[in-house]
Amino acid sequence: MKKREIMTMKMESRSENEEFARVVVAVFAARLDPTVEEIDDIKTAVSEAVTNAVIHGYRNGEGIITLEAAIEENILTLTISDEGVGIADVEQAMEPMFTTEPEERSGMGFSFMEAFMDQVEVISAPGKGTSVTMRKKIGR
Amino acid sequence: MEISFLYEAKGQTLIIHMPEELDHHNCRNLRYETDLLLSENYITKLIFDFTRTKFMDSSGIGVLLNRYKQIKSGGGTVCFYGACPQVLRVLRIGGMMSLMNQYESKEEAIYRQEV
Repeated sequence: MKKREIMTMKMESRSENEEFARVVVAVFAARLDPTVEEIDDIKTAVSEAVTNAVIHGYRNGEGIITLEAAIEENILTLTISDEGVGIADVEQAMEPMFTTEPEERSGMGFSFMEAFMDQVEVISAPGKGTSVTMRKKIGR
Repeated sequence: MEISFLYEAKGQTLIIHMPEELDHHNCRNLRYETDLLLSENYITKLIFDFTRTKFMDSSGIGVLLNRYKQIKSGGGTVCFYGACPQVLRVLRIGGMMSLMNQYESKEEAIYRQEV
């Protein structure tokens, strides 16, 4: 049995870090020898979660976003968490097309995470921040 | 200062050459500049060029969707070309394929938009 591998990264809540985070995860996930499509899916999901933390969690203000990644057997687990404003109604936030900014945002962030990963779990409460955990099995 | 977008306007046609990484970070200027161009010019044909784009997420869909609504409400058309597999997948899951035509090349996009 392969040993579990983990990594943790803390970054400032800045839109520049959306790309940084997805590239870091892509390199980490490469150890599972994923297909190009699997890597694309993972990058997209990470981008969505970090963007949510920047825009909604910290409302484009200052804060720290934590990214945790783990590989166990052929399962990649990612947790992206913030200590921002939190979500009062997680179920509503996860509805397709739900957005607080219809002029600019598509409201597809959580739908994309669910479409590109096998499992998405959101833990959030107002004032307590938000934590998104996603899992994906690599190589089917 | 990075130059990430280029625009080409011909008559009522506007081609937007999308950036390499089309995420929330890169969408901010794109939105602003596109809106400015659309408000100052009479555009009825909007063409998105994804040739350079290696990555897009739902922020990109937000931009496309809102520009689509704007052009469509004025009776215009929107199409795209040059999308790589990742971009195509995101366009598909984002429901864009039923809203805009896909073409192989810039020439085809311009020609087909004219007829």
